[in-house]
Amino acid sequence: MARVVTSKKACSVNPLKMSQPIGAALAFLGLNRCMPVLHGSQGCTSFGLVLFVRHFREAIPLQTTAMNEVTTILGGLENIEQALLNINNRAKPEVIGLASTGLTETKGDDVEGYLKLIRARRLELADVPIVYVSTPDFKDAFQDGWAKAVTAVIEAFVERPPSRVSDSVNVLVGSHLTPADIEEIREIIESFCLRPTILPDLSGSLDGHVPDEFSPTTIGGTRFEEIRAMGAAAVTFAIGSQMWSAALALEMKTGVPCVLFDRLTGLEANDKFFDYLASLSCRPVAAKYRRQRSQLVDAMLDAHFFFGGKKIAIGAEPDLLWSLSAWLAEMGCEISAAVTTTQSPVLENVPADEVVIGDLEDLEARAVGSDLLITHSHGHQAAQRLNIPLLRAGIPSFDRLGAAHRLHVGYRGTRDLTFETGNIFIANGHENDPNTWVRVETAGEHDAQAAAG
Amino acid sequence: MSPLNEKLQQVFDEPGCEKNRGKSEKERKKGCTKQLTPGAAAGGCAFDGAKIALQPITDVAHLVHGPIACEGNSWDNRGAKSSGSMLYRTGFTTDIRETDVVYGGEKRLFRSIKEVIDKYNPAAVFVYQTCVTALIGDDIEAVCKAASAKFKKPVVPINSPGFVGSKNLGNKLAGEALLDYVIGTEEPDYITPYDINIIGEYNLSGELWQVKPLLDRLGIRILACISGDAKYHEVARSHRARAAMMVCSKALINIARKMKERYGIPFFEGSFYGISDTSDALRQISRLLVSRGAPIHLLDLTERLISQEEMRAWMRLEQYKPRLSGKRVLLITGGVKSWSLVSALQEIGMTVVGTSVKKSTAEDKERIKEIMGDDAHMIDELTPREMYKILKEAQADIMLSGGRTQFVALKAKMPWLDINQERHHAYAGYEGMVELVHEIDKALHNPIWAQVRKPAPWEETNEDSRLGARDDGGDPALLLH
Repeated sequence: MARVVTSKKACSVNPLKMSQPIGAALAFLGLNRCMPVLHGSQGCTSFGLVLFVRHFREAIPLQTTAMNEVTTILGGLENIEQALLNINNRAKPEVIGLASTGLTETKGDDVEGYLKLIRARRLELADVPIVYVSTPDFKDAFQDGWAKAVTAVIEAFVERPPSRVSDSVNVLVGSHLTPADIEEIREIIESFCLRPTILPDLSGSLDGHVPDEFSPTTIGGTRFEEIRAMGAAAVTFAIGSQMWSAALALEMKTGVPCVLFDRLTGLEANDKFFDYLASLSCRPVAAKYRRQRSQLVDAMLDAHFFFGGKKIAIGAEPDLLWSLSAWLAEMGCEISAAVTTTQSPVLENVPADEVVIGDLEDLEARAVGSDLLITHSHGHQAAQRLNIPLLRAGIPSFDRLGAAHRLHVGYRGTRDLTFETGNIFIANGHENDPNTWVRVETAGEHDAQAAAG
Repeated sequence: MSPLNEKLQQVFDEPGCEKNRGKSEKERKKGCTKQLTPGAAAGGCAFDGAKIALQPITDVAHLVHGPIACEGNSWDNRGAKSSGSMLYRTGFTTDIRETDVVYGGEKRLFRSIKEVIDKYNPAAVFVYQTCVTALIGDDIEAVCKAASAKFKKPVVPINSPGFVGSKNLGNKLAGEALLDYVIGTEEPDYITPYDINIIGEYNLSGELWQVKPLLDRLGIRILACISGDAKYHEVARSHRARAAMMVCSKALINIARKMKERYGIPFFEGSFYGISDTSDALRQISRLLVSRGAPIHLLDLTERLISQEEMRAWMRLEQYKPRLSGKRVLLITGGVKSWSLVSALQEIGMTVVGTSVKKSTAEDKERIKEIMGDDAHMIDELTPREMYKILKEAQADIMLSGGRTQFVALKAKMPWLDINQERHHAYAGYEGMVELVHEIDKALHNPIWAQVRKPAPWEETNEDSRLGARDDGGDPALLLH
């Protein structure tokens, strides 16, 4: 049980946290042929866009209502209207995802009211699916914005179906999962002859593929008609506790029961997932995954020598922090520092004495003497100063290739993560030398000996 | 009128800018940038621009007063290099919360300044205003004044909230802050007849260090670079320079002009991109210094250095000419530096099939015409779709642009080179030109292009035929329109 404390500083130094609206924007980027729009000044969009481009190394469709000082004070009705018309004309998206920002929330724009007015007077927009989510920058963090956007998509688009389809399941995935993770989860579920609808599905849009044609919108992701039909599924899986409220919203709306898997990294966590899928589908676990499980067990046996007793400092959003820290604790590591961005029910389960809601300065101060730092790419400065290795995890990862294809879930993903992390320990292991066991007497020891004598 | 609005009107009224002079008074009041189109806009805000212009000052704590978005989503994402302090790469933000929005964020800001000074002891603190804190009326000027008095440390307000306009406007507002609060506040230990300022150079990827050895050889001292690899005290003492060079077009013209008015420092506009531009810049620096009393033999020294360096650079470039001659470049720079790059690329025999002039001034456009001739293909605004089409149809062999359009080129399976502020290579001076050409050559002749353009064996496409399109004899640039 960890104590959850909030940093008392006035000034955040080396932020770990990113803002809600771009979390929402990334969730919208997991919808097929979507154009996400931030209702704010052009900088709000530009910063998010550059961040995602650097992380995914992909073109990122992301627009802005381009608010300025005057339009902010007068209200953004006309800017939203113009933005929607322009986007609809130029990009012809299948769905538009709109998120507010700190600027327009401070002013207090009634965006839902605006959208009603706009739809009423602009017939060309009447049938365009538009989803709006309120995400002020000055509250919560990235993963909250993501979760709120998914909830908003569910509330806006999912329909109450006439009947249930017993082999179809919904999977609501958290922002801590990479496109490769999502692909792995899909394959696992499909191996039980179940048909998953994954929301949001970044594995379709940001997995780094080369499309044949240019598209101004997303080039893959959850299709609109798939979202509408989610009410017909047999069950909804929430992967990561951030998705629980979205899963509940879906249950309230359509009666599809939901179940939470708060992490899919680690042997036991995956055993639970596979066991659940086997009983749901009444099918045995496929030979391929039995083999992978055995490989993971072997990997744990080979690697535990290097993990045992290691001190790990982690800075990550709550669900990623929980997933990594729980797995590392299971491998025999000690979580020497845990820093996160926002409140979450999983935080008190983190196997550390305390979890700090804070920044990378807090992490750096607590990471002194640790064997490994795990956080996003901005941690490289701290790792350098502390002279400890850095394992990059989370967004942004701008100084490594293949962020979208890093796999952390499933037996196979856990196996590979075990090797990757273990190799860092091996590479940074200390060689013994003649002075390793030479004792330097400290004043305290000397005094103690004198007293004993 | 609020102080910010007054400042904006001042910035919009720029006697040093011909484009600005060409406008009626009414037009001028509207500012330099076109009204943005909601839903079809791209580019950074004024806060972004201010940060770009000032963050390269290395020993300053850059504190962003606003919600997490402004700093949390963007910190340490620029390539300005430092030879000393690394403090400028530390992200500081007040990360204001809902309660601050309701009750005001000034107290949090004041406490933040104190924390930063206590923990990091910077040469100065720069406090950046953002949209939300501007909207709720936080008076950062007053807070900075109080903090400055209390902590005996320069605390400088940078009043450039995102929603007042574009990046370019933010550059200028940043310049105003330096003029109001920093430049001229300290005296240098000593001065020489060889002291210059370089204004508008940010030392991206260390470009200043490609130029500085040349100046060193001429005995010319950079009193202050504003703001690449600068220290706060250098900027504060920059008013004693004998001459100044303004690079990067008009972004910081207000600094150059006002330093001329206030301190009599003559300046010229030049560029370190391209061989002839670099030589020209060195010549003009020497001439200005001599006109202000430096010994006349500096001119000879400069000419000797130029002829040595030019010869060396051309010799090194010779090997690339046969490989690059006739290759077609699409140049999308956001406009500011396009003319200098155009001339540089033409020097080695490449054809510029199009260059963006979105943010260029009338003067910039004239220069492009001068360099490229009347058939200059200036593109005001190119949508990503049009860019993709040009590349996919092989109307250009390579695109040089900023990071945000990188994947338009790569998805069209065409070579691309980063020439924006996130780039990892330095392209200034004679060294930089050789480096740029080397990078273009590497990108164009990488063996992957042949493989990635080949369709999968199970696919029947005529993708290869597009590569034949370049031999159809027509002027490829005409296809742009």
